[in-house]
Amino acid sequence: MTETRYGAQVAVPGRLFVVEGIDGSGKSTQLTLLSQWLRQSGYHVVLSAWNSSPIVRETTSRGKRRKLLTPLTFSLIHATDFTERVDRELLPALKAGAIVLADRYVYTAFARDVVRGNDPAWVQSLYRFAPVPTVAFYFRVPLETALHRILTGRPKLKYYEAGMDIGLHADPQESYRLFQSRILTEYEKLVGEYSLHALDARLPVQVQQRLLRETVRQHLDGVRRAAQ
Amino acid sequence: MRRFESYGVPIPGLQLEELTGWLIAIEGTDGAGRSTHIARLREHLEQLGYAVAETGFTRSDLASRGLRRAKMGNTLGTNAFNLYYATDFADRLEHQIVPALRAGFVMLTDRYLYSLVARAIVRGADPTWIKRVYSFSLRPDAVFHLRVGVDDLVPRVLMAGGFDYWESGMDIPLGEDLYESFVNYQGRMIEQLDELGREYGFETLDATRPEDEIADVLARRVVQVLEGSPPLTATRPATAG
Repeated sequence: MTETRYGAQVAVPGRLFVVEGIDGSGKSTQLTLLSQWLRQSGYHVVLSAWNSSPIVRETTSRGKRRKLLTPLTFSLIHATDFTERVDRELLPALKAGAIVLADRYVYTAFARDVVRGNDPAWVQSLYRFAPVPTVAFYFRVPLETALHRILTGRPKLKYYEAGMDIGLHADPQESYRLFQSRILTEYEKLVGEYSLHALDARLPVQVQQRLLRETVRQHLDGVRRAAQ
Repeated sequence: MRRFESYGVPIPGLQLEELTGWLIAIEGTDGAGRSTHIARLREHLEQLGYAVAETGFTRSDLASRGLRRAKMGNTLGTNAFNLYYATDFADRLEHQIVPALRAGFVMLTDRYLYSLVARAIVRGADPTWIKRVYSFSLRPDAVFHLRVGVDDLVPRVLMAGGFDYWESGMDIPLGEDLYESFVNYQGRMIEQLDELGREYGFETLDATRPEDEIADVLARRVVQVLEGSPPLTATRPATAG
């Protein structure tokens, strides 16, 4: 049934590029470099991160602080937030002809929520209002490389970030390792299912950026630019 | 052995076999007498020795504050609002309803997913989609729809203090003023509840009948359900998706 599947096909003049990958894959660095390049080329760029709208943020942070969120409500509250972001931020920018760059998109939720035990098709249906991206890049990185980047310096991992809520391990670092490894497995399934554009995140930063720009450039015909 | 099931997708981490209580939903628009009848039903069941618990709309710990704030400022879009309501509902299901069912209580819920599905559809949501969103919900042992037509509803609501902004659908709105919008909005809500009632197998009671008469019917039917008579809600709706 198409009406309950993820993804809205919308005819808009803008473009939507998305970066995905586990923590420590280097995706945010790549997105920042991409946005600088596009801005310098005269494009209107809107950066969009998974930040909460004020109303929902109160619920989310309350839920996290008091550990009230279950896999079910974790999934629903993030979908609520995301949907608000689509209607208030993404769609208006795309309709106005901007290039929207999103640091994490629906695939983050698909991977994370399914690891928490939710039904995959159900999770997708929560994201039916999300526009299908022009290209979704997946920064593929071996688990150990990513863990090394994140865990060097012994960060204080948050309860939900480490997947402590699903009882994988009593130690936050161990729980985080197990959680990330499961998310990685889910991401790999999504690459095929949604034709994510995979990039090797072990390559030097500038080489990854060159590959990223080459692909993005192929999708810019007809996009509005400021007079140079 | 009687056991619960959901409307399609499982709740992560929940063992359905652990739920030994009963779930009874009372549906109906504002002014249909839901809280009066829930109070009477509770008293009756407690007299018979059943442990009874109640829950109602936006009483969850997680989202009710945010929902109240969002209502005050109308600050969320329709799609996000629908999902926010589902979040609140899920929280109530997991933190109030499930523990009571696990403890063998009779859980009386003042409205259930059906009202939320109806309000979403009236506001333009795709019916298949919104039912799919709520497909984690537990199927109740029985659903009673206290039904009042719009014409009978108007004087009841006037006597109870007048038209509420949200219960009149003024966020949409459906008329020139509060009265007109109330009539149109509640008319559509009743239409949707009737439709859902056919799909999900509600037992519809004419709420314009004398209070004692309705209370007697409710008490009798609920006791039959608790004693193991096959509930009339046995018809399965087609699984959305």
